[in-house]
Amino acid sequence: MKLRNLTALAATTALCAPMAFAADMADEMTIVSWGGAYSNSQIKAYSEPYAEKTGVTIINDESSAEAVAKLRAMNEAGNVTWDVVDVVAADAMRLCDEGLAMEIDPDEHLAAAPDGTSAEDDFGDLLVSDCFIPQIVYSTTFGYRTDLVGDTPPSKICDVFDLEAYPGKRALEKRPINNMEWALLCDGVAKDDVYDVLETEEGQEQALAKLDTIKDSVIWWSAGADTPQLLADGEVVMGSTYNGRLFSVIEEQDQPVAMLWDAQVFDLDGWIIPAGLSDERKARALDYIYFATDTQRLADQAKYISYGPARASSAPLVGKHAELGIDMAPHMPTDPNNAQNTFLYNYEFWADYRDDIDAKFQAWLAK
Amino acid sequence: MALTPVQNQTPAFTASVSACAGALFGLFVGTAQGSGLLGLLIGAVLLGAMGFVFTGLIAQAKPVRWATVVVFALVGLVVGGLPALVLGALFGLFAGWFIFWLATSSYRKHLVPYLTPGQVLWHYGFRVICGAIFVFLITPILVVMPLSFNAEDFFTFTPEMLRFDPAGYSLKHYRDFLTNEGWQQALWNSLRIAPMATILSVGFGTLAAIGLSQPHVPFRRAIMAVLISPMIVPLIISAAGMYFFYSRIGLQGTYLGVVLAHAALGIPFVIITVTATLVGFDHSLTRAAANMGAGPITTFFRVQMPLILPGVISGGLFAFITSFDEVVVVLFVGSAGQKTLPWQMFIGLREQISPTILAVATILVGISICLLTTVELLRRRSERLRGMSPS
Repeated sequence: MKLRNLTALAATTALCAPMAFAADMADEMTIVSWGGAYSNSQIKAYSEPYAEKTGVTIINDESSAEAVAKLRAMNEAGNVTWDVVDVVAADAMRLCDEGLAMEIDPDEHLAAAPDGTSAEDDFGDLLVSDCFIPQIVYSTTFGYRTDLVGDTPPSKICDVFDLEAYPGKRALEKRPINNMEWALLCDGVAKDDVYDVLETEEGQEQALAKLDTIKDSVIWWSAGADTPQLLADGEVVMGSTYNGRLFSVIEEQDQPVAMLWDAQVFDLDGWIIPAGLSDERKARALDYIYFATDTQRLADQAKYISYGPARASSAPLVGKHAELGIDMAPHMPTDPNNAQNTFLYNYEFWADYRDDIDAKFQAWLAK
Repeated sequence: MALTPVQNQTPAFTASVSACAGALFGLFVGTAQGSGLLGLLIGAVLLGAMGFVFTGLIAQAKPVRWATVVVFALVGLVVGGLPALVLGALFGLFAGWFIFWLATSSYRKHLVPYLTPGQVLWHYGFRVICGAIFVFLITPILVVMPLSFNAEDFFTFTPEMLRFDPAGYSLKHYRDFLTNEGWQQALWNSLRIAPMATILSVGFGTLAAIGLSQPHVPFRRAIMAVLISPMIVPLIISAAGMYFFYSRIGLQGTYLGVVLAHAALGIPFVIITVTATLVGFDHSLTRAAANMGAGPITTFFRVQMPLILPGVISGGLFAFITSFDEVVVVLFVGSAGQKTLPWQMFIGLREQISPTILAVATILVGISICLLTTVELLRRRSERLRGMSPS
C-alpha cells in the first residue's frame, strides 16, 4: 500500500508539473472501441505496431456503444479519461455539434497518400464531419440460411418481405433506420425518391404498412451479435446485421449462411478525439490518428475483418485474411460485385427526422 | 411403515388424476413444439387412458411399469433420436410409477388417517408448487453449464451435443478464458479489487455494528439507515452519484476509487450479519474480561471477536460476492484499467455472444456455491457453539 501511495504521489506530481513539458506526449492512452473482432482488428493493425514504434501503453476500453452518453458525463464532470474514440459517423456528428469532439483538419493532421494525394482528397466524400476521421466503410445487409430457403436462394432485398417464397422468421434491427428505406423500396418506390417519400407523413405510414406485412415474422435485434446467433441457431431464415459479422459466421465459423448484398446500406465508422484534453494527451492522440489512418494501416485492418478501408488509396493494398488466407477483396462491401445496388446512410435526413420517425416506429412496434 | 390402511382406487379416479398430470406435461411439451393446446389434449388423453387401463393391472405392476418405460423410450427414439430416448424413458418411468402410486392409494399410506381428501391434495400440491419454484429458479443456471462445453462459438445446443457425440463438446471456451489476455486481465482485476473491498467492508462494517449495538450511541437508527442505504437505493443512482463525486476528487477511474465504491456496497451486508450475531452476545462476558484487567482492545480481540466471528465471516463473504459480481458501479467508477470480470462479461454479451461467457459463468457459479456452502457451515458451527441447536 505504501508503495502504491508513493507511485500515486509521483503521478500527481508529474501531472502538476509546469507546462514546460506541454509539447511532450503522454505515455499512456485509452482507446475506446466496440469490442469483439472489430477491436481485435484495430489492436492488430494499429495499436500493436504503434505501441512498438513509440513505447506508449495503450489501454483498450470497449464502450463505444455508450460513447455519446459517457462523453457527455465526462464533460460535465470535467474529467475526460478517453483519448481516442471509435464511433459511427452519426454519433460523431452529434458529438461535434455539442462541442464534445475536437475539430481535426485532415490536411494538417493526417498523412497524405503514398502518391502525394492530400488526405482530404484521399478520403473524399467520406469526410462527413469536421471532427471525424473515417476509418472503415461497413454495411448493414442480410444473411440467410442456405439450408432453409429452398432451391432458389433470395437474391433481392424484397425477398425479405416475401413470406410466401421464404417462410420463417427474419431478424431486423429494432430501429427505423434502414428498415424504412427497405420497406419503401419494396413497396414500389424508386430508389431516388425514397427519402422524398419518407419525409412525408404518408410515406412514413406507407413504410410502416409494408413492415406490418411481415411484423409477425420479425425478431427484433439490438446488438450486432444477435443476428449471427439467431442464424446459427436456425431461429431465423434471414436477418440483417453488419457485413463483418456475417463474414465471420460464414468463413470463420463455417455456418450454412450466405450473404444477400442487394440494397446494403453503407455507413462509416471512424475516430474522434474528445474535446478538452490536456496538450500532451492531445498531441499523443493526434499522433496516434496520424499513424493509424495512413494508407497502409487502413489496408492492414482488412486482413482481420471484412470492412472496407475508407481511403481510396488503400483499396488496391487489401490482401489476404491473416489466418484464413483467403482473398479479402471479394468480401469487402465496396467490391464492385457486391456494390451493385447500395445506399449510403443518409446522415442529413436522419439527423432531421430521427426523433420523429423513431417515436412513430416505437409506437408501431408496441401496437 | 404404513400409517393408514389403504385400498385400491377406482379406474375413474386414477384416470382423471393422471389425466391432469398428463395435461400439465403435455402443456409444456406442446408449448415447446408450437401448440400448447394440442399438447395439453394429447397428454391428458394419453395418461388418462393409461391410468384407466393400469388400474386393472395392479397385480402385474412391475412388468407393466417396465413395459411403459420401454415403449416411451422407443417412441422417443423414433421421434427424436438418442436424447429423446433418454427423456422418453424418464417420462415412462415417472408415468408408470405415478399411475400405480395413485391406483394403489400408496400416496395415502404415510399420511395420518384423519386427513380429508382436500388436505391430502394440498399436502402434495404444496410440494409440487415448491418443486416447480425450485425448477424455475435453478433451470436457467443449469442450462448454461452444458452450453459452456459447446464446440461451436454460439449459444446453441448443436445436433452433435444432443447426440452426446464427444465431437460436439470441447473445453475450448475454458481454454479461451484461461489464455485470452482480456479475460485474464479482468480476472486479475477482480481478484485485486474484491479482497481489498472485502477487507475494508469487514473492518468498517464490524466496527459500525459494534458501535451501533451499544445502547448509549445517539441517533443509532438514523446512522444505521444511512449505512444500510447503499443496499436499498437503486444501484444505478448510487453509481451515477459516485461517478460525479469521485470525478471531482480525482478518484474516478482509479483502483482506489473502485475499491472504495465496492466497500460502500459491501458494508451493509457486514453490518446486518454482525448485528445479528451481536444480538445473541452476552455483554457480561466483556464486563468479566474488564473485571480481570483486560483493556477494551484485548477484550475485543480475545473475547468478543472469536464469538462473533461467524457473523463477520459470512458478512465478509457476502461483501466479497457483491464486489465480485458487481457491474453497474464499476462501469461508472472504473475505467478500462479496472475492467472486472462482470464488466468483461457484459461487453461480451453485447458485442459478441461467445460461450466463453458461459464458461466463466460456470466457474463463477462454482465459486459462489463453495462460498455459500462455507457460510452455511459456519452458521451451523456458530449455532452449535452457542447451543442453539442440539446436533
